[in-house]
Amino acid sequence: MTAYTDKIRQIASKLLTEGKVDMVIGFRKGSIPMMNQPLFIKTPGEAQELIWDSHCALNLANYVTNRKEKIGIVAKGCDSRNLVTHIIENKITREQLHIIGVPCTGMVDRHKVSAMIEAEITAIEESGDSIKISGNGFSKELKKTEVLQENCAGCTHRNPVIYDELVGELVPEQSGVDPYASVREVESMSPEEKWNYFEDLISNCIRCYACRNACPLCYCPTCFVDESRPQWVGKSQDPTDVRTFHLLRAYHCAGRCSDCGACERACPMGIKVREFTKKLNKDCLELYGWEAGLTVDARPALDTFKADDPQDFIK
Amino acid sequence: MKNLLEHTGIEPGRLHFSWISSAESTKFVDVVKKITEEVKALAETKKYVKTSTQG
Repeated sequence: MTAYTDKIRQIASKLLTEGKVDMVIGFRKGSIPMMNQPLFIKTPGEAQELIWDSHCALNLANYVTNRKEKIGIVAKGCDSRNLVTHIIENKITREQLHIIGVPCTGMVDRHKVSAMIEAEITAIEESGDSIKISGNGFSKELKKTEVLQENCAGCTHRNPVIYDELVGELVPEQSGVDPYASVREVESMSPEEKWNYFEDLISNCIRCYACRNACPLCYCPTCFVDESRPQWVGKSQDPTDVRTFHLLRAYHCAGRCSDCGACERACPMGIKVREFTKKLNKDCLELYGWEAGLTVDARPALDTFKADDPQDFIK
Repeated sequence: MKNLLEHTGIEPGRLHFSWISSAESTKFVDVVKKITEEVKALAETKKYVKTSTQG
């Protein structure tokens, strides 16, 4: 995937030189390994800072909300689905975007890699499917497929669904993967086990809201957790407040989530916050045949009413 | 909503949804009776009960 870097730079530089866009949003190398940063460039000269590797897991659709400029944006499969959602929700227009599509083979799970090594990782290099991590006195070679983010391992939309040009050949979509395996596992538990599973899952949440901030869907001017009149949810570390936050955050993403994994990646405590949103994604698919962000021509599941919508929960 | 709450451990039978017109007084009575019975059968909940006074 690193070969995409040159192509991205070339396209960005061309777009800015020709004045087709006012700004290009992409990634640059982060100050520590595995933490690439979003980069906004406005001149062709800056294009050399753009990069692509397996650590570009943030979702760049997060940065186009309510923008007025013409924007060139680097987008992998999930980013493109969130751009579609942004367009549907009138957060940006299609005409404002020049989408630089990136066929993606998955992103590396920084939590997983860090957990494998006790020492501090100071450098990480990749070539093809192998990843080499190194630090003070050690170096280790890993297979990328072993350390993929969970959402990438089960991803069925690796190619951008909407784009103006591509940086490389489309990649084959995965078949035979089950994105909802862990949801099924929880579904088979008793209510008590379910309760305890989630109690344990979120027990070390520090309410930093990094999951919310990383999410392209969370663009409300004032988030429900920040409001105090009325105060929808307690601001404490009480388990009830923590759970309420996670539950409501998930509901706000219902029928909109592309399972990009930005929330889970951003979490400093390594909480699997996608366990909440994934259940809703699965429900949307099973109840309404809906997957978010695949087309600008259909209204989202929770935005329409059909006579045959399942309604047996209403007595 | 019901699905996710039950997925995260709320017992089936704790949460009910109903659509009752203001003209359907008998349906209202029936539904309330049924809910009361089902919830009583589940006993007092310890879930979503905030014990601390902070926040």
